[in-house]
Amino acid sequence: MSTTKLAKEPEGTEPTAAPALLELRDLRVFYGAIEALKGVNLSVREGEVVALLGANGAGKSTTLRTASGMLSPRSGEVLLRGERIDGIKPHNLVRFGIGHVPEGRRVFARMTVRENLEMGAYRFKSPDQDEMDRIFGLFPRLAERSSQLGGTLSGGEQQMLAIGRALMGKPELLLLDEPSMGLAPLVVQQIFEILREINQQGTTVLLVEQNAAQALQLADRGYVLETGTVAMHEEASALLADPRVRAAYLGEIAE
Amino acid sequence: MSLSEFWDFLVLGVVLGSLYAVIAIGYTLVYGVLQLLNFAHSEVFMFGGYGGLIALTAWSPVTSPSGFQSVAYVAVGMCAGAALGGIAAYGLEKVAYRPLRRRHAPRLVFLITAIGASFFLYNLAGKLFGRNAAPMPTMYENKKLFSVFGADINITQLLILISAVVMMIGLDYVVNRTKLGSGIRAVAQDPEVASLMGVDIDKVVSRTFVIGGLLGGAAGFLFGTNQQVFYTMGFLPGITAFAAAVLGGIGNVRGAMVGGMLLGIVENLTVGFWGDGWRYVGAFAVLVLVLMFRPTGILGERVGRTA
Repeated sequence: MSTTKLAKEPEGTEPTAAPALLELRDLRVFYGAIEALKGVNLSVREGEVVALLGANGAGKSTTLRTASGMLSPRSGEVLLRGERIDGIKPHNLVRFGIGHVPEGRRVFARMTVRENLEMGAYRFKSPDQDEMDRIFGLFPRLAERSSQLGGTLSGGEQQMLAIGRALMGKPELLLLDEPSMGLAPLVVQQIFEILREINQQGTTVLLVEQNAAQALQLADRGYVLETGTVAMHEEASALLADPRVRAAYLGEIAE
Repeated sequence: MSLSEFWDFLVLGVVLGSLYAVIAIGYTLVYGVLQLLNFAHSEVFMFGGYGGLIALTAWSPVTSPSGFQSVAYVAVGMCAGAALGGIAAYGLEKVAYRPLRRRHAPRLVFLITAIGASFFLYNLAGKLFGRNAAPMPTMYENKKLFSVFGADINITQLLILISAVVMMIGLDYVVNRTKLGSGIRAVAQDPEVASLMGVDIDKVVSRTFVIGGLLGGAAGFLFGTNQQVFYTMGFLPGITAFAAAVLGGIGNVRGAMVGGMLLGIVENLTVGFWGDGWRYVGAFAVLVLVLMFRPTGILGERVGRTA
């Protein structure tokens, strides 16, 4: 209990040389009258993998959707490298280097794998073939199926395609919403290995997951959201060891 | 009906069907990106007819034009028709539909707005251009060119067929091979994700209307050339083309082409077999029958939006 930091980090505990790549400050988001985020503070530093954990309805997806401009906060700020980006429409926000892999993958079902990837590069004049080759290297399955329609792929393949599509926009920051949802454990393993590789190649990752064990093994730091507020914020290893996290999200019975 | 009459009616059907196909594309494109049944598209078509009529009347063609003049007249009429159609569609989207989208209006409101816009536009045209039918100024001597199995084909028919085919090929290229086309298809499949990829939905929607308007307007000019231009000319071809879009599978561009051709042919063969009184009975019987067995239309896909 006492090891858990407060939601708001005390000033000066971090080396404050450069502003964080992404910073959410006191974010409040409403769906009509319902307050989904009640003042969320969160930061992602360059090169990190940050996991966002929590139960259904805790506000994980809302946080991510606000970061990528799909939702506007009622108050609070979204900062990218210290500059405010809240209120910018999502189709303009991609230019700032944010890639969003949405919940449920949502590949374009009636487009081929290649067309899906090309859509990811829509913000550029033409898709970067080297980038596409790199993605086909990361996901050989997609290369094999490049002319197959997105809707005919398996769930795991669709997740790979959704990640590849976001990468085609050459994001600095990749937002992932539940990449493991509905996938077989082996496929989840594969996808997380590839996420590690993507991170090692220089992309910062903010990851929303129900699968806390997988997420925390990959992540540097983790936040736990509960009913719209940050309940815990720790190094990933510390969260993995925390009995409350183990009980609530890793399915262990607290002793 | 003798065999030569059959070919006559088949030619009529193919020609009319190609026009239906071009108009149907306008319905299906807009439905694709907005799930909106744009009933005012028939008025875009009508404005295309007037665009051609006004441009050519202003230019006052000579009564017996040379070959070169004829080509110029047709080109000007077609461009003017397409232009006015495009402008009408652009304005329609901006004035009638965009404010509704901004306010997330329910679907029924869009439908009523579409019908209202249609009434508004054709009555406006009646007021502006008069309520009498006007023939297109003579652009060429509409003589018989050749015959197929005894069915004569004249210049106007060939003009309509060739123009329609060129427009369909061009449109198919734009939708499937260009960046704008990718944007249109992406918005049709998942607008939210499309915007995450950097697609400006408003821009794509607006351009989709303009594309549909250009095609519809050109079709209006061609229809007016074949028959006459009048302020309610959009109604029947519009409804039929809408039916054609549904028949082919609404939202599917190639389906609209197939549906349009099919309805045009069935309509005219029905006339050939049973007389003009049965004209729309045959065509719409086919529509009902096809949809009974294939509710998604001929080329309609069952693949919905994957959640």
